Amino acid sequence: MTARQTPLVELDGVSKYYGNIRALEGVSLEVHAGEITCVLGDNGAGKSTLIKIIAGLHGHDAGTFRVEGEETSLANPRDALDRGIATVYQDLAVVPLMPVWRNFFLGSEPTKGAGPFKRLDVDRMRRTTHAELLRMGIDLRDVDQPIGTLSGGERQCVAIARAVHFGAKVLVLDEPTAALGVKQSGVVLKYVAAARDAGLGVVLITHNPHHAYLVGDRFVLLKRGSMSGSHTKDSITLDELTRQMAGGSELEDLRHELERPSSS
Amino acid sequence: MSTTAPPAKDAIDERLLHTSPLRRLLGRPELGSVVGAAAVFLFFSLVADSFLRAASLGTVLYAASTIGIMAVPVALLMIGGEFDLSAGVMVTSAALVSSMFSFQMTANVWVGVGVSLLTTLAFGFFNGFMLTRTKLPSFIITLGTFLMLTGLNLGLTKLISGTVSTKTIADMEGFTSARSLFASELVLGGVALKVTILWWFALVALATWILLRTRFGNWIFAVGGGSDAARAVGVPVVKTKIGLYMGVAFCAWISGQHLLFSFDVVQSGEGVGNELIYIIAAVIGGCLITGGYGSAIGSAVGAFIFGMTSKGIVYAEWNPDWFKFFLGAMLLLATLLNAWVRKRAEATA
Repeated sequence: MTARQTPLVELDGVSKYYGNIRALEGVSLEVHAGEITCVLGDNGAGKSTLIKIIAGLHGHDAGTFRVEGEETSLANPRDALDRGIATVYQDLAVVPLMPVWRNFFLGSEPTKGAGPFKRLDVDRMRRTTHAELLRMGIDLRDVDQPIGTLSGGERQCVAIARAVHFGAKVLVLDEPTAALGVKQSGVVLKYVAAARDAGLGVVLITHNPHHAYLVGDRFVLLKRGSMSGSHTKDSITLDELTRQMAGGSELEDLRHELERPSSS
Repeated sequence: MSTTAPPAKDAIDERLLHTSPLRRLLGRPELGSVVGAAAVFLFFSLVADSFLRAASLGTVLYAASTIGIMAVPVALLMIGGEFDLSAGVMVTSAALVSSMFSFQMTANVWVGVGVSLLTTLAFGFFNGFMLTRTKLPSFIITLGTFLMLTGLNLGLTKLISGTVSTKTIADMEGFTSARSLFASELVLGGVALKVTILWWFALVALATWILLRTRFGNWIFAVGGGSDAARAVGVPVVKTKIGLYMGVAFCAWISGQHLLFSFDVVQSGEGVGNELIYIIAAVIGGCLITGGYGSAIGSAVGAFIFGMTSKGIVYAEWNPDWFKFFLGAMLLLATLLNAWVRKRAEATA
């Protein structure tokens, strides 16, 4: 962590305004290859806005945004993808009615043939999907089944596998464990770690400090649109992270309020 | 993009063999409409003696093809998640433009046909552009185009020809060759088949190929099934939607040319109401009204049901007023059947 390479993605004092609403103010973070940067925050803290900026859905209004040291402003999600930034959204960006293999290659479909006979390489698409999912430990009976019929954890893994397959250097995960049970969350975190070990830089957005602390190397805390803390793993404990995340003193107050009836 | 694909035989999981072919069939979007078509066919075979004659088949197929040519792009558009209410009158506009341009400019009718193609494609582009730019529902945008085209058709025709119909262009240069392309008749085994049937089959085949085997087809399913997700993974949503509207326009042009070259004169008030028939054919054929699911073949079966019903009622010597009632009942039944089949197929997947 002390090796000062150029970060894959670096945000420095980035702000975003929607009209007169300050959605994000002065947020800085670094994403290094083979590391997981966790962004923690409660609802409305600006996590989604941050994701949209990194994913190229929105431009930023102030501050600098560097991809591999080069200052940039992403024009659209395609632009982000071309620079190796893949985002797995909370809704997973899958089309539920479409078969798994069509979803896997959506937007980057391989073709064969030329001119008017240029067609999808269906065989390769099916085979690759099956193989890539198998690598993630998902043994699909039928890649033709609509992706909407998979479980939440499986869908999450399909989305991660897709990003890894398409050569992402930076993987942005939006609340990957939010809607999952304990066991499935564990499975997903395992793949997040696997992506890290494969040399990807990972941005993990979450409101669960326990999940974050399990896998994270850096922690950025957001609160009401601005940054309330930035730590590396060796500079913070899980308890402290949880305390800061939960609003610190606010949580203390809450505890007192809740305890009063039982103690009297 | 390196693929670490295992040997090819692993591609098909051996457990797939246990999936019954029937279940596979149940998963097809067209299934409901095929069952419906068989029922309608059986019904009219029983009540109308002349229905089963070979000549009747030609008539039924012709009726089906005039609807089917438009039902194909309308189905694609619906899979892409949008409607086009201007599709019916756009056919008339396409016919009027080629007729009046040829007549006024005393040009070879092929010039008019070409001008008509460009004009109609421009209408389609306008629909798609307005939709993607304003992000208003396609219902509103194309309702606007529908009304404007209806007005333009009547207004401009009266202004230019002085009446509500166009002048005859039958004696003009190129008419015969254009007629053979758009409105000729082929005799196959004693059955007279209109050329529109060929156009229809070709369009269904082309649309099926596009839907199932091209990137654009993948994008059509994606923009209809989840346009935000599609955009997020880099699918050009705007281009796909505009392309779909131009597809509708292109087929409206074919239909319009057929209209012109089979009747020689065009009534400017025609076409109103047909847009709903195209949509119904697509829905009967298994297209999900909310997008993301459906097939071109289904739309053809839907159009065939239409053809059988409209002509079957005549062969059965009933009052044709009943046609609409049948249509409505069929639409409801087909949609219910489709919903039921899909639920079963997905539950057991």
